[in-house]
Amino acid sequence: MYRYDEFDAAFVAQRAAQFREQVRRRLSGALTEDEFRPLRLMNGVYLQLHAYMLRVAIPYGTLDAEQMRMLAHVAEKYDRGYGHFTTRQNIQFNWPQLKDIPDILDDLAGVRMHAIQTSGNCIRNVTSDPLAGVAADEIEDPRPTAELIRQWSSLHPEFTFLGRKFKIAVTGAENDRAAVAVHDVGLRIVRGPDGEIGYRVLVGGGLGRTPMIAKTLREFLPRAHLLPYLEATLRVYNLLGRRDNKYKARIKILVHEMGIDAFRAAVEDEFARLDPEASAPDPAEVARIAAYFAPPAYPELPDACPALERARRAHPEFDAWVRRNVHPHKVPGHAAATISLKPIGGAPGDATAEQMRLMADVAERHSMGELRITHEQNVVLPHLRKDELFQVWRMLASQGLDAPNRGLVTDIIACPGLDYCALATARSIPVAQAISRRFADPALQERIGPLAIKISGCINACGHHHVGHIGILGLDKAGVESYQITLGGDPTDDAALGERTGPGFAFDQVPDVVETLVRRYLELRQPGETFLQTYRRLGMTPFKEALYAAA
Amino acid sequence: MPLLDDTGFVPDPWTRLADDRPAPEGARVIVSLARLREQGPPAGAAALGVHVAPEDDPEAVAEAAARAALISVGFSSFADGRGFSVARRLRAAGFAGELRAFGPLIADQFAALRACGFDAVEIPEALAARQDEAQWLAAARSMTLGYQRGYALPGRNILEARRAAREEAAR
Repeated sequence: MYRYDEFDAAFVAQRAAQFREQVRRRLSGALTEDEFRPLRLMNGVYLQLHAYMLRVAIPYGTLDAEQMRMLAHVAEKYDRGYGHFTTRQNIQFNWPQLKDIPDILDDLAGVRMHAIQTSGNCIRNVTSDPLAGVAADEIEDPRPTAELIRQWSSLHPEFTFLGRKFKIAVTGAENDRAAVAVHDVGLRIVRGPDGEIGYRVLVGGGLGRTPMIAKTLREFLPRAHLLPYLEATLRVYNLLGRRDNKYKARIKILVHEMGIDAFRAAVEDEFARLDPEASAPDPAEVARIAAYFAPPAYPELPDACPALERARRAHPEFDAWVRRNVHPHKVPGHAAATISLKPIGGAPGDATAEQMRLMADVAERHSMGELRITHEQNVVLPHLRKDELFQVWRMLASQGLDAPNRGLVTDIIACPGLDYCALATARSIPVAQAISRRFADPALQERIGPLAIKISGCINACGHHHVGHIGILGLDKAGVESYQITLGGDPTDDAALGERTGPGFAFDQVPDVVETLVRRYLELRQPGETFLQTYRRLGMTPFKEALYAAA
Repeated sequence: MPLLDDTGFVPDPWTRLADDRPAPEGARVIVSLARLREQGPPAGAAALGVHVAPEDDPEAVAEAAARAALISVGFSSFADGRGFSVARRLRAAGFAGELRAFGPLIADQFAALRACGFDAVEIPEALAARQDEAQWLAAARSMTLGYQRGYALPGRNILEARRAAREEAAR
């Protein structure tokens, strides 16, 4: 994991002190509310429906046990004893007082954490693959690239008052687990024509009210040109992006309106004009960062693990958890495991302070002190020994963190929705809870197989409904919540946006709607086929019939 | 309107000229880009400054920069960050004259404006009354570390500091 040096630590501490002063100047009237707003947003502070909300950055989703304990401390001391992990690998606290926020930022700075650029019209927290560094299908660990971008984008003097927010995601694996095609810029680490490592650069993806899949900006970018090329891309966006309408201000609209070829020409022209040597980090700096992500010292173990097999046979519930939540690891005798934050009937992504402390303890004892947050709002333990998986599972079970449902129908993504969010037009969490209860039976979930349900409580799509196999969008129709259903979305390698089934449904109908769709799929599927595969083979018609024929 | 540089509020030796006004003899005048293109530099002026807007054609801005001793870059609001990139482009193209940011900018942006190549900021009276000189100078110094190479950041550049430390260690 990356460790701050004296400079990173001083930078974050100065930033916290700067915000304390800005709060003081807001209270004195030197800053108007309009002027203060972007400053507080760039420090992660939102004004929500009932209270301020603080979004803390978890850069590319990686944190250690000490940092997780600090999140528990913040939840307990300044909030109501819990936090909410988000689809951008961050955590939100829903009930802090504005006056406490400078103190929270100081506490976080003490463990090398911050809330810098978790909101606002700037470059947001860079996201990545939660299995970075351990996945078997990796070309290169994406975290050094992500950390380089984190540093470069922090308080960037030119790109802090952009037309709109700007999200970058990086993956280094063959299977994209970072949804790079739905980001403003997506980076895929690839091998070039001569075998050297570089980046395929995607641009103009995004969800929100105008969902778009990103287009290829550069097929192969040499590693050394990464930051200068991002600078050129951001400059073109900053100068040419629309500012007349906030709903048309994202880079995807600019790329769409210019056309990818004209946009590419503008970026390449800008890139040709700048001196890459002047803004690129020197190779020794890149190597310095990369060294922090060298693989930890794993013990040498045989890959076969009889103790694990015995425990699986003796405990069917453990066996189910291993089947669903444990991932292969590139080191023999090891595994990574997903801690599901989706217990039946729970609020997706929520964790209590006790649960956070337990996850920190498990990480410390069994996962070399490391944890990852996933964009599915779960947590990953990346460095487990297979022969300790049973102990890990028992520890997790003691706090209700053992749901064996990763990737199944109850592993639902949901935004905070109308229960918290000032933008929401409908509830999200209660919809997720109702669906989760409907499919509570673990055997039924396993029979249904991989199925990603994603729920957003408004058109801004924080719940990524466009890329859900089943997407649910809550709208307000003349004062009544109405839920639109989309089918066939996918954020991975064959990225696709879901297609609408037809008219929306009432809040109470949503669990029935999902059940109807699932039943239809179970009737139609061929052996081994997932929901998404069946949908792709047969299209919308049979599902639409099932939903609307009776009406 | 009040003018600030890195020493605080300073007198403004330049006069902004409306498009239909002649230049006072021997004055340093700032004219709009449109006027410069239509009428050329005003007769009698001692020095030429040009005011540009972010949406002005970059070619025309570059052309004006070649003739002007000062470029004033307009910001429609403090949240409209296009001017940062306009300045950066002008400096990258070799503009060595005075670069001034013009508009309702706030003290908290001073360091970033200077990092992108601006020398001074011209702000509305009311804003200067609310955010006094002490606030501007303090805000400009609130961060003494930064990560971006190639920008005139206040204080130390972290990447350069690390490089220096590496070289020191290697010696």
